[in-house]
Amino acid sequence: MIAAVSVVAGLAAFFGLALGFAAVRFRQEEDPVVERIDQLLPQTQCGQCGYPGCRPYAEAIAAGDADINRCPPGGEATIHSLADLLDREPKPLDPERGEEKPRTVAVIREDLCIGCTLCIQACPVDAILGAGKQMHTVIESECTGCELCVEPCPVDCIDMVPEAVTIRTWKWPRPAATPRASEA
Amino acid sequence: MAETPRLWKFHGGLKLDSRTSRATTEPIAVAPVPSRLVLPLSQHIGQPAEPVVAVGDRVLRGQPVARPRGYVGAKVHASSSGQVVEIGLHPVPHPSGLSAPCIVIETDGADQRWDGYEPMPNYASMSAPDLRARVRAAGVVGLGGAAFPTAVKLGAGAGLKLLILNGAECEPYICCDDMLMRQRPEEIIAGAQVLMHTLEIEQCAVAVEADMPEAAAAMEEARKRLGEDRIQVVSVPALYPEGGERQLIKVLTGEEVPAGGVPPDIGYLCHNVGTAAAVGRAVLAGEPLISRVVTVTGAGVASPRNVEVRLGTAVADLIAAAGGYTEQARHLLMGGAMMGFPLPDDSVPVTKAMNCVVVASAEEIRPRKPALPCIRCGECAGACPARLLPQQLYWHARAGELDRLDEYHLFDCIECGCCDVACPSQLPLTQYFRYAKTELWARERDRERSDVARQRFEARNARLEADKAARRKKLDEKTRALKKTEGDREARQQLIDDVLKKARARKSGEDADTGGDSA
Repeated sequence: MIAAVSVVAGLAAFFGLALGFAAVRFRQEEDPVVERIDQLLPQTQCGQCGYPGCRPYAEAIAAGDADINRCPPGGEATIHSLADLLDREPKPLDPERGEEKPRTVAVIREDLCIGCTLCIQACPVDAILGAGKQMHTVIESECTGCELCVEPCPVDCIDMVPEAVTIRTWKWPRPAATPRASEA
Repeated sequence: MAETPRLWKFHGGLKLDSRTSRATTEPIAVAPVPSRLVLPLSQHIGQPAEPVVAVGDRVLRGQPVARPRGYVGAKVHASSSGQVVEIGLHPVPHPSGLSAPCIVIETDGADQRWDGYEPMPNYASMSAPDLRARVRAAGVVGLGGAAFPTAVKLGAGAGLKLLILNGAECEPYICCDDMLMRQRPEEIIAGAQVLMHTLEIEQCAVAVEADMPEAAAAMEEARKRLGEDRIQVVSVPALYPEGGERQLIKVLTGEEVPAGGVPPDIGYLCHNVGTAAAVGRAVLAGEPLISRVVTVTGAGVASPRNVEVRLGTAVADLIAAAGGYTEQARHLLMGGAMMGFPLPDDSVPVTKAMNCVVVASAEEIRPRKPALPCIRCGECAGACPARLLPQQLYWHARAGELDRLDEYHLFDCIECGCCDVACPSQLPLTQYFRYAKTELWARERDRERSDVARQRFEARNARLEADKAARRKKLDEKTRALKKTEGDREARQQLIDDVLKKARARKSGEDADTGGDSA
């Protein structure tokens, strides 16, 4: 009787210690769901979703505070991937958040730029180069097309231009819709 | 005559009318050097080359004008002597019809040779890295149509069992390899010898399709004349797409190249016969790749034939070398009947990848009949030489479920078009697969870019946080210093004066700066 009780108590103590140790030693620093949602977001950092960047939006989705259809730059493809990941039904993009547009990049009209640095401060990915009273320019390859620099410019010298298609980025067109058995 | 060892059969495929007879009645013609050469910087798989000449420079025939930017890349050489007059965007032969950076040379008619590459007739005493370096310097790429840099393939490593020279013409209309084997078999054999030495391979098979007996006979005769008994000419049954590397290896050896792998993984290396000849010329004669043989055919050409043409020549000049257009000319295509694509016009230049130009009549290319629903008959799967399930791929591509296409091995599709021909509903299957592939590549590029954007966003946030913390710390220190002087009016006043003085000094310095600017 005493032997049995002490064995069970010993086991309980051992596993309690082991679990306690594991909880401290192997603690998950980040919420893996947030990480995975963040991977799917386009990282435009435009804030159109209403959150200050892609990661905060990912956290809001994971917490159940935000829906999955608030990302216009990601568009339908991102909504589908998010729906797949979270096992939800895909839904159309929330029109209040904006519309899906082809990707653009910011271009500064350099002869008009007065060097105020406001766009540099607005850029979420440090893609604008310049200094006070010096001309600024956009590093095209780093620009995410978030448009956050357009609004602060006091002389309206920033244009959003569609990205030029080159032979390397060209895509074969999707074939014209083919009939389905039920439609024939 | 060619020997016939045991052969195997690859899955699927189609028996097609080769439509080559018209263009093989005439010998290879040599097109004149045009007055203007347009050399695209991207004539190969890999990063576009980087120009090493400037506008105004005089260049000689064979002089490098652009160098590769990465390991997978190829040099571009001036195809004739003359002056560089422009480096800019020009239409290039590509399904998109877009323009790409090109070097434009106005030729001077002298066709003066550049002597930068020593001929290496004693290649047998040279090391493999030296020979590979020469092939790389000569800008040789696969001439079968894919234009993969040959030097990269030659770095496959030792221990290969068999070198395969691909003389099985890819698709209907194309016969440049056939004519090259008939007319210049010695060049191909010499190239094969160089390749075998470089790769330390003791055996070579030249695969020739059964419907080109003249080519097989010429190759066999040249082989005997040169006393080369390591090379075997093998006649393979004509079945499309046997010109595909994987299909040819299957036919010759019975082995399959694993999905996602390359032939050297199973001990084989495959080169087009034209590529072998180009390697031979690069090493033995020190001649870089500045010309190639192109099949010019179709009912829209006056005298269909094969033409050896300088790279960068306009397609219009190429067609003129084959007698010009006939009244029936309606469509202009690059490539063969199965995988070819329309060219926007005949001003585009001949590139390393251009093996065939078809000027088709209205009867030769009939418009596609309207597509009907997929009835799941499975004909496409039976025809697919890559043993895929085209109907499943189609189903998911059509539904926009591109993520699932990888499960069905979309990227093993060689876009041969067999499924299109087999499909009783005339579905544009290959077009769907091409669309899906480029769409998935674009997504991959987007993903890479978003990873960079995430890093930059996080780095910026970290920087802003650090700045904020530093400022707070400074402020704290000052407040503390101010607190220490509490009760001591004089020390406090001294501190405030110090700060004001510093601020004033900074301000006047800035004023001096601006004064300097406006002056």
